[in-house]
Amino acid sequence: MDLNERPVIPEPVPTITEPPRAGEAHILSQQGTPLTDRAALEAPTMVSVKDLNLFYGRKQALHGINLEVGKNTVMALIGPSGCGKSTLLRCINRMNDLIDNVRIDGHVRVGQSDIYAPDVDVIGLRMRMGMVFQKSNPFPKSIYENVAYGLRVQGVKNRAVLDEAVERSLISAGLWDEVKDRLNESGLGLSGGQQQRLCIARALAVKPEVLLMDEPCSALDPLATSRIEELIFELKRDFTIVIVTHNMQQAARVSDFTAFFWMGKLIEVGLTEKLFTNPRERMTEDYISGRFG
Amino acid sequence: MGRHFDNELRDLKFSLLAMAGLVEEMVELARQSFTERSDAKADRVIALDHNVDELELSLDQACIDLLALRAPFASDLRLLASTLKIVPELERIGDHCTNIAKRVKFISAYPHILTAQQIEALGEATHSMVKRAMDAFVNGDAELAKAVIADDDLVDEIYVQVSKDMLQIMLQDPSAIERASHLIILVKNWERIADQATNIAEEVLFILEGVNVKHPYLQKRES
Ligand SMILES: Nc1ncnc2c1ncn2[C@@H]1O[C@H](COP(=O)(O)OP(=O)(O)OP(=O)(O)O)[C@@H](O)[C@H]1O
Ligand SMILES: [Mg+2]
Repeated sequence: MDLNERPVIPEPVPTITEPPRAGEAHILSQQGTPLTDRAALEAPTMVSVKDLNLFYGRKQALHGINLEVGKNTVMALIGPSGCGKSTLLRCINRMNDLIDNVRIDGHVRVGQSDIYAPDVDVIGLRMRMGMVFQKSNPFPKSIYENVAYGLRVQGVKNRAVLDEAVERSLISAGLWDEVKDRLNESGLGLSGGQQQRLCIARALAVKPEVLLMDEPCSALDPLATSRIEELIFELKRDFTIVIVTHNMQQAARVSDFTAFFWMGKLIEVGLTEKLFTNPRERMTEDYISGRFG
Repeated sequence: MGRHFDNELRDLKFSLLAMAGLVEEMVELARQSFTERSDAKADRVIALDHNVDELELSLDQACIDLLALRAPFASDLRLLASTLKIVPELERIGDHCTNIAKRVKFISAYPHILTAQQIEALGEATHSMVKRAMDAFVNGDAELAKAVIADDDLVDEIYVQVSKDMLQIMLQDPSAIERASHLIILVKNWERIADQATNIAEEVLFILEGVNVKHPYLQKRES
C-alpha cells in the first residue's frame, strides 16, 4: 500500500473555559480574541458631544454631531479634508471662541462639566486640555521655559515644582534623555520630531485631562512618527486622547475607536478594529480604501 | 476614479481562479478515472498536481506583497486574507485528488464492488461542492456559499454509509479486503475534499459579509 499520503493530524480539542457573558460578547472578535482592551469599552465617558451644530457665519461646518470618548481611550477622527475634524477638535477646548462669527449649539461635556455653560471659566477649561498641532510650534524660548510655560501662566513660581513638572513631562514625551543636558538651549534648535515631542511635553506639563492632537505626525519621518505613536500608547494610561489624522494606518495603530466624518457629518463611529476590517457604511469603506470620489 | 490597486486585485483574483480551475479539473478527472477505471485519467490528475503547487507559491507571494505594499483595509483586506486561506485549501484538494488517482490505479484492474455507485455519488456531490464554492467566490454569491456549507452534511452521511458498507463487504469476503481498504482511503479523500470546499465557502462568506461562520459553538451571540 502506498503510504505517500500526508498523515492525518488529529484535530485539537478547543478548551472553552466559559462562554462570553452577555455584556462582553460584543468585544470579542470573531475568534474570541479581544484586540481592544476590555477596559476601553467599559471606560466612563470623558468627553461627550451632543447634538452639536457649528456655523462659520452662515456656513454650517458641523451637523448634529453625537460622539462619546471614554476615559483613557484614544479616539481617532478621520475624513476628507474640510469635513470638520479640526473644527470638532476645537469645540472640545473652546478654541473656536477665538474665531469671529462662530455660532455653536448643542452640548459638549468634559468630565462633569458642560463646557459651553455660561458660567464656565474658559481659561481654566483650556488648562484641562492639552493641544498639539500639525506643525510643531515651540516658543522662541529655552526648552525648559517651553515646558514650564503653562505652569507659569497658572502662576506657579516655585522652582522645585517647575523642575519636577519639566522633568516629568519631558520623560512622558520621550524627550528627556535627548535634552536633559541642554534644557537652557532654545527649543527652536531641536529637530522637527523633537520639537513635536517638546510641544507634547508642554501640553502634558499642566496635567490635562484630555489631549487633543491635530495631525501631530504629518510633518514627521517614519521613525519620529513611530515614537509619537508609541508615546500615544503610553499616554493613554494617564490621559484621554482625541487625534485627527489623515494616515489610516496611524489611526488603525493608535486608536481604540475611530470616527469617520464627511461634510460636517459623523458617518460612522466604532471600534477601530471593526471599522477598518468591516465598516458598516459604504462611504467609510470607500474612504478608508482610498476609493473616494 | 479607478485605483491601480484594483487592477492588482483583479490579477490576483484571476490567478486564484486559474488555480481553482485546475483543481476543479483534477476533481472531475479523479472522479472519471474511478468511474471509467481509467489509468490514463488518473495519471493526468497526478501530473496536474505540480501546476497547482506552482500556483500556490506564486499566489502566496502575491498576497504577501499586496498586504505589505498596499496596506489594504476593509473588503480589500478581507479579500487578501481569504485568498491566503483559500489557496492552501485548493492545494490540499489537489493533493486529495492525487491520492484518489493513486488508489484508482491500484484497483482499476478489478471490477467495481458493491458500493461503486455510492462512491460515484460521493464524487459527484463533492465535485459539485468545489465547483459551487468557487462560483460563489467569483459571483459574490453568499446564498450559494451557504448552500455549499449545508451540503457538507450530505457528503458526511454518504461517507459514513459507504464506510459501513465497505466494512460489511470485508467481513463477508476476505478476498476483497485489499481492494476495500483502498476504497476506504479513496472515500476518505472525497470526504476531505468536501470539507475543504466547505472551508472555501466559509471564506467566501467572510469576504462578502465580514462574518466568520466557522465553529458556531464559539461564536458570539448577537445581543
Ligand atoms: N475659521 C474659519 N472660518 C470659516 N470657515 C472655516 C474656518 N475654519 C474652517 N472652516 C471651514 O469649515 C469646514 C471644516 O474645516 P476643518 O478645518 O474643520 O476641516 P478638517 O476636517 O480639519 O480639514 P483638514 O483635513 O484639511 O485639516 C471647511 O469647509 C472649512 O473651510
Ligand atoms: Mg484640520
